[in-house]
Amino acid sequence: MIEKGTTERVVITGMGIVCPLGHDVETVWQAILAGKSGMAKTTIFDASTFPSTFGAEVKDYDPANYTRNPDIHRHGNRGSGFAVGAAAQACKQAGIDIETNEPSDGIDRSRLGIYLGAGEGSVDNDVFFAALAEGWDSDKKEMDWSKWAEVAFGRMDPMRELEQEPNMPAAHISMLTGARGPTRSCLTACAASTQAVGEAMMMIRRGDADVVIAGGAHSMIHPLGVTGFNRLTALSTRNDSPQTASRPFTISRDGFVLGEGAAMLILESLTSAKKRGVQILAEVVGYGSSSDAFRVTDMHEEGRGPIQAMTWALSDAGISYKDVGYISTHGTGTTENDSIETKASKGVFKEEAKNTPVSSVKIMLGHLIGAAGAAELITCVLAIRDNTAPPTMNLNDPDPALDLDYVANEPRKMQIDVAMNESFGFGGQNNVVIIKRYQE
Amino acid sequence: MGFSCKLAGEVPDYKIQSYLPKSYRKAAKLMSRDIELAVVASDEALKSSGLVTKGIDPDNINVDPSRVGINFGAGRISCDLVELSPAVAVSITDGRFDIKKWGKEGLEQVTPLWLLKYLPNMLACHVGIIHDIEGPSNSITCAEASAHLAIGEAAQIISRGDSDVALAGGAEAKVNPIVMIRQCLLRRATSENNDEPASACRPFGADAKGSVFGEGAGVVVLESLERAQGRGVKIYAEVAGVGSSNGINPAYEHLEPDGKGIQIAVEKALEDAQIQPDDLDLIVPHGTGIAADDMAEARGLEAALGEAVKKIAVWPTKSMLSNTGAASGALDVIAAVRAMAEGKIPAAKNCDRKADGCNLNIVKQTQKTDIRYALCCSYTYGGQTAAVVLKSFDGEATD
Repeated sequence: MIEKGTTERVVITGMGIVCPLGHDVETVWQAILAGKSGMAKTTIFDASTFPSTFGAEVKDYDPANYTRNPDIHRHGNRGSGFAVGAAAQACKQAGIDIETNEPSDGIDRSRLGIYLGAGEGSVDNDVFFAALAEGWDSDKKEMDWSKWAEVAFGRMDPMRELEQEPNMPAAHISMLTGARGPTRSCLTACAASTQAVGEAMMMIRRGDADVVIAGGAHSMIHPLGVTGFNRLTALSTRNDSPQTASRPFTISRDGFVLGEGAAMLILESLTSAKKRGVQILAEVVGYGSSSDAFRVTDMHEEGRGPIQAMTWALSDAGISYKDVGYISTHGTGTTENDSIETKASKGVFKEEAKNTPVSSVKIMLGHLIGAAGAAELITCVLAIRDNTAPPTMNLNDPDPALDLDYVANEPRKMQIDVAMNESFGFGGQNNVVIIKRYQE
Repeated sequence: MGFSCKLAGEVPDYKIQSYLPKSYRKAAKLMSRDIELAVVASDEALKSSGLVTKGIDPDNINVDPSRVGINFGAGRISCDLVELSPAVAVSITDGRFDIKKWGKEGLEQVTPLWLLKYLPNMLACHVGIIHDIEGPSNSITCAEASAHLAIGEAAQIISRGDSDVALAGGAEAKVNPIVMIRQCLLRRATSENNDEPASACRPFGADAKGSVFGEGAGVVVLESLERAQGRGVKIYAEVAGVGSSNGINPAYEHLEPDGKGIQIAVEKALEDAQIQPDDLDLIVPHGTGIAADDMAEARGLEAALGEAVKKIAVWPTKSMLSNTGAASGALDVIAAVRAMAEGKIPAAKNCDRKADGCNLNIVKQTQKTDIRYALCCSYTYGGQTAAVVLKSFDGEATD
């Protein structure tokens, strides 16, 4: 392979989001600063008898409003639909023309890449369960597969089935934008879109793309998704008060709240951004990816993997932990995550650990799973822009064992030039991205 | 009508326990078949590399875990319907599925760690735990293009210095009722030739009627040249170039008819390898046996390679291996490397007569030949395309 230079600086020139707090970046950011919660009773399906009856759903959203070819996207699963809206907003801000077949934005489409951390689409619940129910032979107590196949083949819609593939959000973005550059989609659980942004930066540094649409899209608010997380006891079951259910770093935390959405960032080489004369929102300076290699069910007790990822990201950025002004934590609100993340932070930030402000915006957004990292990274860009750390709401009964500088309940005005975004996935995937205020 | 295709490419029996260290045998119950296949192939790949990880022999580890990465292509792992059926059985009211009953009673029948069996990153996680792989880890989920993209990314991670060694490839078990029915519904699976399994999948053939889906795993050990030479190990081949792009097609279950996404990926891979089309001696195409897709791929290759396309030997493998989805690109890389090592390109199977308009030089008879450069490429529904250029190792690294 050609050894290509890794000196190209990578900047962010556009952002877009579709999430439970709104369908554009400013609305969502103001809602976060105001400490609003996206949580409510689940409406996408009847979850009334599930252990968790609430979630953070995207509401009143129609992807057709964001594309000139709604027809192409009509089969899209929820995640694909969210991806279309978030990507369209990000492209608009970055001046990427998605309105014509002959774009005049000066970006060579073979150098416009895509890197998503995206999740699978929901199964077609009605047919999926009907086929299982009708295929079940209650006398023999076993599945009658020919009966199952008859129902499935007769009632399943080919495109809805295809749309369950995790590469579909990327497919919709390529159709939306005409991107022909390097394209990948990954699914490293809750760390996926942070990984996507990190690897997208590497595509540009290597010189394989000038611009990359990077981010995530996911919805697991469906019967099997909620079943899976409920069985893992990962979700809060505080059904009587959805809005105060997500409470990372407190003694009463009992899990995360499942959210959904998409978040996209336009990563661009500094050369291309300058040439096109677009506004630079921040610079992406560091990325680290590691594996716990410990257990699929638990994080390593000492936070070995997260420490490694943070350390590598700092070294990639060529900065010290002392330079980091704000940390957007993974902060899910599960007992284990918050404890180990705190430990890992101390391992990396040493004497500065208690002086570096940290927050978790999952309390307001819900846990967007594959899309979480990118959504949170957008809040880091805004934290730098506004010199304001977003609040960690619901922090009323702090866990005495967790003693970092949480930005409790109120946003904090402060100088922030460097922000670190942490994402850790089930199975021990750790990804960390560092961004910086852009300076010539 | 049920399954219009009754064929599949199944992996011969194996005992997963014999690939797991004693201390990890209990974890087998958390492994879907996709994960098992990845575990088996990783074991074989590591053994043939001479690298000793914790999983191979914990007393003689010869590699720093933090300098080993893992990049696997993985499919959308579909849940085992048999496993779910008892939960569904208690959630039926008057013969119909009742979501309220499911939430109360059905859900309780689902094993607590159920979800963890089906997350696509669990292939890399289990393999990473067994072999203590603590470096960069990624799971690429671009369906049939996944493995090439994963191998390409792993190679780039080594070349940028973030790891010295990587396990790379892909695994997928498509022999699952719901995966199979999807391919039938999309009319990608052949509905003819059900009586003749061995000749059913006919890539680039005039009589191609669709693909046959299967299961498999392919894993290669990638290593920086410096490290591999330092330990004096046999070097099978070099990853010389990678490229990727997108096909854009409103009917995105198929590759766009002109194969432009394949063309760009191949051009980028050749550029990355700093070679010309004439330098290629072998192409292992994606070649699924789906006539329209094969034709589109052939057009894309022709557009990228020009006149050279008529001379370069083309050896499709899915006629023998079946379409193993996220694993398929890794199987093709291994096939190409073996062809290189043996100086032999086997005859293509099931392509006695090429489709009209296909200008690829499908290998009719087994050829003895030196292979210096080989190209593997792939694409998937949804559009992602990938190409990998492999170079036989001659003792000299490319610049």
